[in-house]
Amino acid sequence: MKCQKCNKNEANTHVKRVINGEFEEYHLCSDCAKEMGYGNAFSGFGSGFADSFNSLFGSFFENALPARTQATRCETCGTSYNDIASTGMVGCADCYEVFADRLLPTIRRVHGNTTHCGKNSPAFRKKRLEENKEIEVKEEVSELDKLKAELDEAVKNQEFEKAAMLRDEIKEKESNNE
Amino acid sequence: MSKVVMQTRIRLARNLKKYPFPCRLNTAGKTEVAEIIIDAVKNSNSPLSKELDVLYVKDLTEAQRISLVEQHLASPEFISDSAGRALILSKDRTMSIMLNEEDHIRLQVLRKDFNLKEAYDTADKLDTLLDENLEFAFDEKLGYLTQCPTNLGTGMRASVMLHLPALKSSKAISRIAGNLSKLGLTIRGAYGEGTEPEGAMYQLSNQVTLGISEEAAVENLKNIAQQLVSQELQAQKRMSESLDTQDKLWRSLGILRTAKLISCKEALELLSNVRFGINSGVIDGVELETVDKLIEDIQPATMMVNKNEQISPRDRDILRAEILNEALR
Repeated sequence: MKCQKCNKNEANTHVKRVINGEFEEYHLCSDCAKEMGYGNAFSGFGSGFADSFNSLFGSFFENALPARTQATRCETCGTSYNDIASTGMVGCADCYEVFADRLLPTIRRVHGNTTHCGKNSPAFRKKRLEENKEIEVKEEVSELDKLKAELDEAVKNQEFEKAAMLRDEIKEKESNNE
Repeated sequence: MSKVVMQTRIRLARNLKKYPFPCRLNTAGKTEVAEIIIDAVKNSNSPLSKELDVLYVKDLTEAQRISLVEQHLASPEFISDSAGRALILSKDRTMSIMLNEEDHIRLQVLRKDFNLKEAYDTADKLDTLLDENLEFAFDEKLGYLTQCPTNLGTGMRASVMLHLPALKSSKAISRIAGNLSKLGLTIRGAYGEGTEPEGAMYQLSNQVTLGISEEAAVENLKNIAQQLVSQELQAQKRMSESLDTQDKLWRSLGILRTAKLISCKEALELLSNVRFGINSGVIDGVELETVDKLIEDIQPATMMVNKNEQISPRDRDILRAEILNEALR
């Protein structure tokens, strides 16, 4: 699509705005967009933002091999890497994992780094805490199994003194778990 | 301080973990997501849950949609499509949630002062309450996951609306704007074209969301805004000493009081001059609140919504002049 202002260059910036009571939509080339104040890749929170990013994206990965980029699709939402590069929009949370190796360089370019250091989602934190608890419990259980195996071994070898000690230890661990 | 800062805004972008982002949802999917979020908000036991309005974009007239943008309650992107889109609004209009704009959730807190911290705390609390029920898409390394990678991390856009007539007329603003991006901030016109903002009203906001905490981003924005405010006040003081400036400001009030036809653009320019006049002590007898309310009320679509009828551009110019004459008499 040609730029709607100069009618010469290829349009790569999609601007949506409200001027004097009218909703307007433009497809502009980067030069005209810049002239109209939409040139900055970080120009706002709305669509202009995504679209400038998308043009940035497109040019950055121009040389990517199309055969390879089209082949992989995110299993959750069906988005391919080409879809992301051409629209500037990621399909779902899982896409970030599936296409991580190709997304991270661009993310770094835009933000200057790739590590979050703000608020942690409370729901995420709670889940992580529960998972950690489960792991601890599992470790506890496996230690108990180990002691029981040692006890069997001690009984077999008629090491009764050692067996008595192990039995007490197992008893104590089991009562703790309850 | 709040004389120069007209508005403070915090926006958080969030998505439900269990659903694809809006670009990968059809209308039925978006509608389902919207209903889940509306239910969660109603049951969230938050200040927003008690008294709220839910506006479905598909049920709104063109003028009603545009008026929401004029009042900074929705984005142009939001009203550009109606499929599965809805807006949750608190009765006092200080809290809003756009559903299925670029992300499932765009939560906004709006204040008429310069209390960024308070605005963020309100947004933060609401976000936490909603997360408990909705479970947002989040990654330890990338933070909140958003449809556009430019919002990754905190997903937060904090902004202040500044009235900078003196810095604009001395052209200092373009010099300042060039340096802001180095500080992780961006500035653009709140009304009109990006390069030539109407009424000298600007939106200053953070641009980086990954690798910086919410508190640090808010603090950074606050510091820079404060510097701009003091520069603006100094420039206003200097300029207002000249008789030419005083003449221009008083004449602006004169036109607003007596004009019979006035466009939105001209009205904004003149209201901006009157605002400058009040702030610098040149004009007395007019309240700042009156001027700020007029800036909202004379917007084209908002006038039509308030009148509850479709009005032609020429009739709007007549009505606008009447509103201004009356309020500033």
